[in-house]
Amino acid sequence: MVNIGEKPEGLEGQGFFATSLDKVIGLARANSLWPLPFATSCCGIEFMATMGSNYDLARFGSERLSFSPRQADLLMVMGTIAKKMGPVLKQVYDQMAEPKWVLSVGACASSGGIFDTYSVLQGIDRIIPVDVYVPGCPPRPEQIIEGVMKIQELAKNESLRRRHSEEYKRMLESYNLT
Amino acid sequence: MSNIGNQQVLDAMRQSFDADVLSASEPYGLLTIEVNPSRIIEVLEFLNKHQELQLNFLTDLCAVHYPDDAGREIAVVYHLHSMVHNIRVRLKAYLPIDKPEIASATAIYSAANWMERETYDFYGVKFLNHPDLRRILNMDSMDYFPLRKEYALEDETRNDKDDRFFGR
Repeated sequence: MVNIGEKPEGLEGQGFFATSLDKVIGLARANSLWPLPFATSCCGIEFMATMGSNYDLARFGSERLSFSPRQADLLMVMGTIAKKMGPVLKQVYDQMAEPKWVLSVGACASSGGIFDTYSVLQGIDRIIPVDVYVPGCPPRPEQIIEGVMKIQELAKNESLRRRHSEEYKRMLESYNLT
Repeated sequence: MSNIGNQQVLDAMRQSFDADVLSASEPYGLLTIEVNPSRIIEVLEFLNKHQELQLNFLTDLCAVHYPDDAGREIAVVYHLHSMVHNIRVRLKAYLPIDKPEIASATAIYSAANWMERETYDFYGVKFLNHPDLRRILNMDSMDYFPLRKEYALEDETRNDKDDRFFGR
């Protein structure tokens, strides 16, 4: 038998199962994340291995890559982001519909990495909020999968009210996003 | 293809430009001629139109910053190639850093357009009469010329590095 997701806590009886809406929606979201790969360099190559049959991100419900930000849930930024590309990345993030998560893969996306230079953005968290950072230069596919699984945990446990909270709005405003 | 040597090119230059050929050398066999920056267009035109040399291809146009060379800090470098005779010449024109201005080569070579924009972008060389002299690779909002040696190469906003370990 294939176990697609863990059953959340709830009341169970013959022919019915009752739990909170948060948990059902979280379960559905976490197991059908549509990633948008924003791959610029070697971390992108590792991502290709991650999507390939050996590691197979599809096992975690992320079979369907979305190459349109409008339909994506998870923005995966993999590789060096030049300062000139910053506004493009920000626009892609802006075009994604809520709820959305961001995974920063590798040293360059997370901090600029070895590219401590005038032309490179020193971490994507300077322009968009990041949920999970994956260290490595580049990280192995196992690490990228773990990062996605951390995102799944966030999606699973997120309150439905979180994205309407004042705190969340203030965070977006601090990035000049609305 | 004829056998045109460096000496022949240099002789032709000396004959036509005499005092504007400031010096010449042959590092690694590549004829390098320093010319008066105010005559650069005439020199490029002369080499381009020359019946025998036919140096009709601009391979590269870039700059170098020599911060210790007072009054001639910025060198603008032109690499010319003759597609007919397979000969190469390097021209150098030195400019003072407080007035880095030189005539644009776009009148002779269309290819100079983007090369001059790049040189402006990184060294701040102003190419006079260039059709569209603005930054080409760096962000438009950048307020300095990053390859000039007075500026640090590193990103000044970085805060996760301990200077003691990174040789700053």
